[in-house]
Amino acid sequence: MLTLKCPYCGVQAEETELHAGGEAHLTRFGPDSSDDDFETYLFTRENPKGVHFERWRHSHGCGKWFHAARCTMTLEVFGTYPAQTTEPPQDIRDAITAKRPGWTWREFS
Amino acid sequence: MSMRLPTGGRLTDRSYRMEFTFNGKRMTGYAGDTLASALLANDQLLMGRSFKYHRPRGPVASGAEEPNALVNLGKGDRFEPNQRATTTELFNGLTATSQNHWPSLEADIGALNTHLSRVLPAGFYYKMFMYPRAFWKHVYEPFIRQSAGLGKAPDAESRDADSYEHFYHFTDVLVVGGGVAGLMAAKTAAQSGAKVLLLEQSAHWGGRAPVDGGTIGGQSPEDWTDATLAELQAMPNVTLRSRTMGAGVYDHGYALGYERLTDHAPEAPGPRHRLWRIRAKQIVTATGAIERPLSFAGNDIPGVMLASAMRDYLVNWGVSIGDRTVVVTNNDDAYRTAIALKKAGLDVPAIIDARSYGGGALMAEARAMGIRVEQGRGVAKVLGGKRVTGVAVCNQLGEGAVLDEIACDAVAMSGGWSPVVHLWSHCGGKLDWDEAGAFFRPRAGAAPTDADGKPFVSVAGAADGHMTLAGLLQDAAETGAAAATAAGFDAAQTVAPEAEEVAEKPLEPVWLMPQGARYDLRMKAWLDYQNDVKVSDVQLAAREGYESVEHTKRYTTLGMATDQGKLSNINGLATLSNALGESIPQVGTTTFRPPYTPISMGAIAGEAHGALFQPVRQTPIHAWHEENGAHWEPVGQWRRPYCYPKGEEDHAQAVIREVKAVRQSLGLLDASTLGKIIVKGPDAGRFLDMLYTNMMSTLKPGKCRYGLMCSENGFLIDDGVVARIDEDTFLCHTTTGGAESIHAHMEEWLQTEWWDWQVYTANVTEQFAQIAVVGPKARMLLEKLGGMNVSKEALPFMAWKDGTLGGFPVRVYRISFSGELSYEIATPAGHGRALWDLLCARGAEWNITPYGTEALHVLRAEKGFIMIGDETDGTVIPQDLGLNWAISKKKVDYLGKRAQAWPHMTDPARWKLVGLLTEDSSVLPEGAYAVADGTNANGQRNTQGRVTSTYFSPTLGRGIAMGLVLNGPDRMGEVIEFTHIEGFTVPARIVDPVFYDPEGEKQNV
Ligand SMILES: [Zn+2]
Repeated sequence: MLTLKCPYCGVQAEETELHAGGEAHLTRFGPDSSDDDFETYLFTRENPKGVHFERWRHSHGCGKWFHAARCTMTLEVFGTYPAQTTEPPQDIRDAITAKRPGWTWREFS
Repeated sequence: MSMRLPTGGRLTDRSYRMEFTFNGKRMTGYAGDTLASALLANDQLLMGRSFKYHRPRGPVASGAEEPNALVNLGKGDRFEPNQRATTTELFNGLTATSQNHWPSLEADIGALNTHLSRVLPAGFYYKMFMYPRAFWKHVYEPFIRQSAGLGKAPDAESRDADSYEHFYHFTDVLVVGGGVAGLMAAKTAAQSGAKVLLLEQSAHWGGRAPVDGGTIGGQSPEDWTDATLAELQAMPNVTLRSRTMGAGVYDHGYALGYERLTDHAPEAPGPRHRLWRIRAKQIVTATGAIERPLSFAGNDIPGVMLASAMRDYLVNWGVSIGDRTVVVTNNDDAYRTAIALKKAGLDVPAIIDARSYGGGALMAEARAMGIRVEQGRGVAKVLGGKRVTGVAVCNQLGEGAVLDEIACDAVAMSGGWSPVVHLWSHCGGKLDWDEAGAFFRPRAGAAPTDADGKPFVSVAGAADGHMTLAGLLQDAAETGAAAATAAGFDAAQTVAPEAEEVAEKPLEPVWLMPQGARYDLRMKAWLDYQNDVKVSDVQLAAREGYESVEHTKRYTTLGMATDQGKLSNINGLATLSNALGESIPQVGTTTFRPPYTPISMGAIAGEAHGALFQPVRQTPIHAWHEENGAHWEPVGQWRRPYCYPKGEEDHAQAVIREVKAVRQSLGLLDASTLGKIIVKGPDAGRFLDMLYTNMMSTLKPGKCRYGLMCSENGFLIDDGVVARIDEDTFLCHTTTGGAESIHAHMEEWLQTEWWDWQVYTANVTEQFAQIAVVGPKARMLLEKLGGMNVSKEALPFMAWKDGTLGGFPVRVYRISFSGELSYEIATPAGHGRALWDLLCARGAEWNITPYGTEALHVLRAEKGFIMIGDETDGTVIPQDLGLNWAISKKKVDYLGKRAQAWPHMTDPARWKLVGLLTEDSSVLPEGAYAVADGTNANGQRNTQGRVTSTYFSPTLGRGIAMGLVLNGPDRMGEVIEFTHIEGFTVPARIVDPVFYDPEGEKQNV
């Protein structure tokens, strides 16, 4: 049962306090989008063995959504950061690179 | 016979006798006994029957690894099956019965299976019960159900009489196992100042060491244990718990402990079990090792026991298993049992050592005591039925030709020791095969890792493969210090006390005895006692192509019983690897899964049962409902009145009365559970335009609008009335069940997509009581209360107004979910009950009638209003429900708009909402399907629609229903057939879904 640090309230929260929200950094496609783009937005998800970015909500705490960068294989957590961003901040990417040199995930690296 | 010896038993108190019964027979034991030791002391060697062949079985072990001695324990509300006699502490008044036999333990008809064992091979069920398919339901399944299952399920009507609790604990270092290694590790960790929790599954500290002997720092292991325990108890940073098993190790330093508080003293107050939910920075598993059986024919006959277990019964409880014990071994340790038995005055006719080179100093000691030692020999088979009468001796390297028969009534066997690596492995710790010891041990540098990617589990002592007293103490001292250091403390390098013990000769792996045993011997050589898996079964699986150990496990059921293969695991996979011609590490182990031994369902539930299972939410008016006989309906975590039966009324009659009162005069509904969410800010209108399908930004302050919310997938998820409070503020009503989820839905979009929009949301559901005053007399009642103008002109339909009524501060919404003249009055929660009471009192002249959720449902169905969860099920879009009028054509975007443009969403063949009237006025069955011609690819009848809501309408005096029907709106007047559970169909006519007041005149007066 993993623990993640909520970047808003600073609590090292246990999984039971959190609500998982799936893959982070999706781009919303609206009414004018193509079928392919809209389908990808709704249904197509990364399923990496290794570095992954996820959305979590501190639902039984401060109620804020945040993002976590972690390893799906070892559950190592590289960092958490506020959800109000379209891509992982540089310090998170650096932290991942330090531990997983050469990692890639979608357009981020 | 097995019996209590005149003296001995370090754990028993012979001054305190205890009475208990086994299969109704009265027996006595001593304080400190386990049920197993007490039964053995009463010559009750036979304790159960095996699962598949119903073979007679006695205990083979003395602790948590015991596969055979499972009993039913307790009576009535305290009855529990499958309890291990070896870990059940005896208490006065204990009642136990044996399992898995009929009619009695001594004479069991199911034992016939053992003679059929030639035709009940591995995978028997898979092979036998495949064909013919028609036999499955009436022949095979009843047979399997009758013979499946271990023990007896508690009576369905009984309720667990005990209480349980969860306990949260945070520590720097968790040490699992209170043997000498665990004590040593806890001590060196604690000396650094780290907070240490030490758990021991049994009632006693020190593990095996007091039985096995040697010295630690010049003291006996028992004295050293007592002294070390006293030191730890004196340290404020150390918590010690006996009778607490380390059940599992999980991600990020999480661990479960299972404390058995009153199993040994059922009359004691307090919870029976406590589940420790532990977060540890570092976990040290000092879980020891378990002795392995040897695979020879008849190794399951009562009286054959692990050599270490026999030593335990002798030293710990003063109990002998037999008068004449033959010891069979492939290592030096079993000689300790022979020597202990001899010293206790019992006869040891022979030690049969499979090693041609024999043992070391212990062998010399045994020989000096006059014990015959046979080197390079094995047991061809054990003689006897319900108990051992002798052994046939053979050459270990042969096929089993008998050289000699030795009369005896007990056999002590030892196939070497396996470290208990379960907790290390639970969270991904890797294993290495140790050739010298013939066991799997934790692989250095391959520990489970924590959130920082650093190892958080380490292993101390025998669990780490250190099988000598000196070696395991030094390992434990270092491991404890290292764990404290890893947890951020400064642990001084600690040297373990000197330990002395005799030198031993190496073990020789023996996976089958004799090595070339014939088939008739192999099919009597048990690997898994509890599931009746033999050497021949695993060999057969290998011949049939099973190469993976995980597949073989499931095919043969090896290691799948409640003991999870603690004794059979290594022997089984060694047998498999030999059959496959591969090495043991190549074949590998099956997965170790928590819990280490079974834990009670009660402990898992903790406090969450009965009234504490989940919180019950109550409205401010709850007490009135209770006082006035409400029949409750759970709605989410709320309790809402379903109806208020009066006198002799049944529920249906009460609902009819309530509906009629609303239509004819005046009704009162507690609507406080409706979700109320404030959405405020400069971008609030823009935000709600995205959330609702209709336009909310154009709503004028003072007005209300009914709105629909969809998911991004296009499906309808909630509905409710939105009131605009002022330019920046909206109040969104949600369904009762949707308040929290819709608030979360809003927050998710605000926080993760439109975070630059200036909007704030607050769920104020519980801040207000909300009361619906409904019916033709509603206005007259409010006017009687006085305080504000509620006329049609001042407060028209779909408007709201702040003011006072009868002196209460209120916000009144002119909205209707019944089709009648209706006011929903919100007042601060603290005024709710008083306002309700006032309305009841002043409304008496119109026979004001409180009504419940069922009348609410009937009233809305008569009007054709949809209900989320009835007309919707997560696959329905607003367009299916004829709600196109509530979908804005002007908005460029809202959640669900893009999805509602998918071809399958605009498909004209989607089922659409209609009203349904049965030809005979009856009420259609809930959820009934409308049948269509022909059958689908699975041979099932085609369907063309289904019922979504169905009620008896008191207003119309007949059944009414709503449903989704293929091309329904275009088929008005057509009669279609609906299924009935009794097998016939019910004809119903397709009609408009608005059954009552289609023009809406009554609500708009
Ligand atoms: Zn938080």
